[in-house]
Amino acid sequence: MRFTLFHEFGLYGTLLYQSLRSSLESTTYRMNLFQEFVKIGYESIPIILLTGVFTGAVMTIQTAYQLGNAFIASSIIGSIVTQSLLIELSAVISSLVLAGKVGARIATELGTMRVSEQIDALESMGLNSVSFLVVPRILAGMLMFPVLYVVAAATGLTGGLLTGVLTDTLPAFEFMKGARLFFFPWDVLFGMIKSIVFGFIITSISCYKGYYATGGAEGVGQSTTQATVLSCMYILVADFVLASLLL
Amino acid sequence: MDSSRTPDTTSQEPLITVRDLSKSFGPNLVWKDVNLDVYKGETLAVIGRSGCGKSVLVKHFNALHKPTTGDVLMDGVNIFDLDYVGLRQIRQRFGILFQGGALFDSISTFENIAFPLRVFTSDTETEIRDRVMQALERVSLAHAADRSTAELSGGMRKRVGLARAIILNPEVLMYDEPTSGLDPQTSDEINDLILSLSETLHITSIVISHDMHSVLKISDRVAFLHDQALHWLGTVEQLKQSQDGPLRSFVRASEYALT
Ligand SMILES: Nc1ncnc2c1ncn2[C@@H]1O[C@H](COP(=O)(O)OP(=O)(O)OP(=O)(O)O)[C@@H](O)[C@H]1O
Ligand SMILES: [Mg+2]
Repeated sequence: MRFTLFHEFGLYGTLLYQSLRSSLESTTYRMNLFQEFVKIGYESIPIILLTGVFTGAVMTIQTAYQLGNAFIASSIIGSIVTQSLLIELSAVISSLVLAGKVGARIATELGTMRVSEQIDALESMGLNSVSFLVVPRILAGMLMFPVLYVVAAATGLTGGLLTGVLTDTLPAFEFMKGARLFFFPWDVLFGMIKSIVFGFIITSISCYKGYYATGGAEGVGQSTTQATVLSCMYILVADFVLASLLL
Repeated sequence: MDSSRTPDTTSQEPLITVRDLSKSFGPNLVWKDVNLDVYKGETLAVIGRSGCGKSVLVKHFNALHKPTTGDVLMDGVNIFDLDYVGLRQIRQRFGILFQGGALFDSISTFENIAFPLRVFTSDTETEIRDRVMQALERVSLAHAADRSTAELSGGMRKRVGLARAIILNPEVLMYDEPTSGLDPQTSDEINDLILSLSETLHITSIVISHDMHSVLKISDRVAFLHDQALHWLGTVEQLKQSQDGPLRSFVRASEYALT
């Protein structure tokens, strides 16, 4: 058990090292990079909008409920919802959802390519398969996740505000007042840093699990499951580490 | 081991030399101490039971696998000592037909064959079109150029894989079970294709097969992997005469009586 854990970290590290080295060979992965921008970024927008709206809506309802009997200005609901969304929820919840969508897609794709010898075929042509397959995915993840974070935060705030209005708990101007009162640009930056890290975690773990998949279709299924579960775990761990380091 | 190192049909010059090669995956030994020369222009068959390590052995010839111990020399150079650029030059001298075709499933049949040209040559679009269609005609699949690879049958996938393998004019072609899973007639067509490629293009061929019928038809020499070693190596003539127990029972199991 200890041997395999050690072995896994070794392989993961090797893959990252190879990716870093071959990230200089931009001609090899350039053609796949744009495609990954579309798949990781653009194609995730619907699910991010949905996640964002509901996260914001639930935050407003629950915060209002929790503060229901307290004798404080109701605009404070706006402050709490805004800060929670910007610092934590927009980055973490959307990344957990994307671990399922993006992570599973990458692990399945690379895993299938591995077990059907497509990766061997690339290598046998003299192409650097890490540069061709892994680098564009990790790079696109790190570049697209902060963008998706901004989308999630914006829809979350909109959802929170609208929920306040529609359920008659909080008029729009009160929400805005509270939001402005405790808005710090640093929070947005912090959220973006987090999402870059989460994007790296999801894409690198899924690439690793897919790239080294063995054992046919069943093996690919296992790799995909492991990729999403490990991504979610390490997102939560990284969330804790970043909070301790940066806040 | 009654082996022959002087096949009469081909040159005496070894193109690939395998020296004391052993391979394990973790604690599992695949085979050990394999010694073998592949001569220029010959067709060498690699036979043995499923799981005995035929695919793994052949993937050492262009360093898709790294051995646990031992060397593979090509033109006297140890390929495992090469850096990436040197290795790329070696790899591009090989064409491989993988066991399941290994077609890229995200792109069309045409693009699969065009892929090596797009990546490694500066051919224009018309030149690419010509070369791809020529390769497809060689495998009698010109009509399937625009089909998605998912629509192709097993035999068609193998032929497309073959067209892709020959597109960069390799010196050595490696076929991983080119006829398995195909009906006898399609198998025969593929065998004829292999023969004609080796004759018209003077390609050195390495063919993995369980199918003794095609082995006897197309190869000059045979390497038999058994019991985690290269158990027997010799010409097809010697194979027919051989009294080696495991070899005879392997051959007999494929319903090809020799006596
Ligand atoms: N990447 C790998 N990791 C671990 N074990 C492997 C790997 N590739 C192959 N093996 C093992 O090595 C052995 C030989 O496999 P190989 O694919 O070479 O068999 P084969 O002779 O080609 O069989 P078949 O005729 O069924 O294709 C098998 O036991 C297989 O499980
Ligand atoms: Mg095999």
